[in-house]
Amino acid sequence: MTASHPNRASTLPLIPRDRTAHPPAYDPDYKTTVTRSPRWPLISVDSTTTEETGPLFGHDLIGPLDNNLILNYTGGKAAAVGERILVHGRVLDENGRPVPNTLVEIWQANAGGRYRHVKDTYFAPLDPNFGGCGRTLTDENGYYQFLTIKPGAYPWPNRGNEWRPSHIHYSIFGHAFGQRLISQMYFEGDPLIDRCPIAHTIKDRGQLDRLVAALDMSAARPMDFLAYKFDIVLRGRRQTMFENRPEGL
Amino acid sequence: MVQKLDTLRETPSQTAGPYVHIGCIPSFAGIEGVYPEDLGKRAIEEGARGTPITITGQILDGTGWALRDALIESWQADAAGIYPGQPGADPKVNGFCRFAADKETGEFMLKTIKPGRVPSGWGGLQAPHIALWIVARGINIGLQTRIYFEDEDNSEDPVLARIEQRHRVDTLIAKRIGDGQYRFDIRLQGENETVFFDM
Repeated sequence: MTASHPNRASTLPLIPRDRTAHPPAYDPDYKTTVTRSPRWPLISVDSTTTEETGPLFGHDLIGPLDNNLILNYTGGKAAAVGERILVHGRVLDENGRPVPNTLVEIWQANAGGRYRHVKDTYFAPLDPNFGGCGRTLTDENGYYQFLTIKPGAYPWPNRGNEWRPSHIHYSIFGHAFGQRLISQMYFEGDPLIDRCPIAHTIKDRGQLDRLVAALDMSAARPMDFLAYKFDIVLRGRRQTMFENRPEGL
Repeated sequence: MVQKLDTLRETPSQTAGPYVHIGCIPSFAGIEGVYPEDLGKRAIEEGARGTPITITGQILDGTGWALRDALIESWQADAAGIYPGQPGADPKVNGFCRFAADKETGEFMLKTIKPGRVPSGWGGLQAPHIALWIVARGINIGLQTRIYFEDEDNSEDPVLARIEQRHRVDTLIAKRIGDGQYRFDIRLQGENETVFFDM
């Protein structure tokens, strides 16, 4: 499952998380957070070896269609229905350095807003040729790409008439367990973004805008697919030369 | 004005949502065949050194209801306290595992080996522990916590030492319920709320 990697044994401390960059745990407009948010403050502690190491995954993990959601559910036998798009970008850290060879996983609804999940009962039909999951490793420059279909909006039970904007869920590992991040990518120009209480759990508009992928005509392939660009920034490591740590620790 | 720093801000987190399993544990969602098997299915492989243990528990919300849609990831050292990827690590220990609360009962189970003591990186040894990262619908940013063990000496642990209210340390100690069997319930909110970290 895992493979060795030169960055893996690095135990430089992680830069403490800037919690103002993230949504608060409690936000009553997104009702489920009310009973699922801790009331006590988090205990802030410097990262230890535990958080500074993490799983790394080798190229042997990734199958040839893993980052092609149009084809991976049928093994290439039939294509999913919907607006064909390339979603691509780079994974960087807070120091602006690319994060190479890191696992990026995505999941999403189909073109009609229906998820292939035993618990999704929305009456928009499943696409028999679409599963909705994909994964890839970033290359040596931190670059990744997926070929997929643009997901549809879908309704959800929150307030009376709530609809999620089109979105793709992202899961990114980095090289340390303390860098672990899950987020969502939205699409440029979607009017539902401004009405969505989940998007607006992020109180800093500039931060929310960073989840909105831009239409990227330069990466589109004529007569085939459109493209959206989505870059991701993970926590960085403190780079000071003067760590006061005893030899061997 | 001052000079501009050339650092970037971290991408903001969003909830993993109720269908997180599609991407992270596809077989749980009913999706088979895209990948040969779910990622992080096993914390250890056959032949891992150390004491086999099983940890069960539930994640409870502020009303005492067990979450049926949570996803947990664990990360731990091998029996000698060495993390996968570090020199000398037990090749049969993956260290990483992914598991879900059961759809009907909310129970989760982690089968692994008891980790050894590991250096903190800032001096001293940490008591044996397993780091957890919890995501779910209604959780806007993944929650970090740790499992320690009641049959270990936790008195010198430098992370537990940071918890001012000493009675809260107990929320991080798995209870021994049998030979190699531990119970670890996680309370997101309210009475006996589990300690969550910002590390």
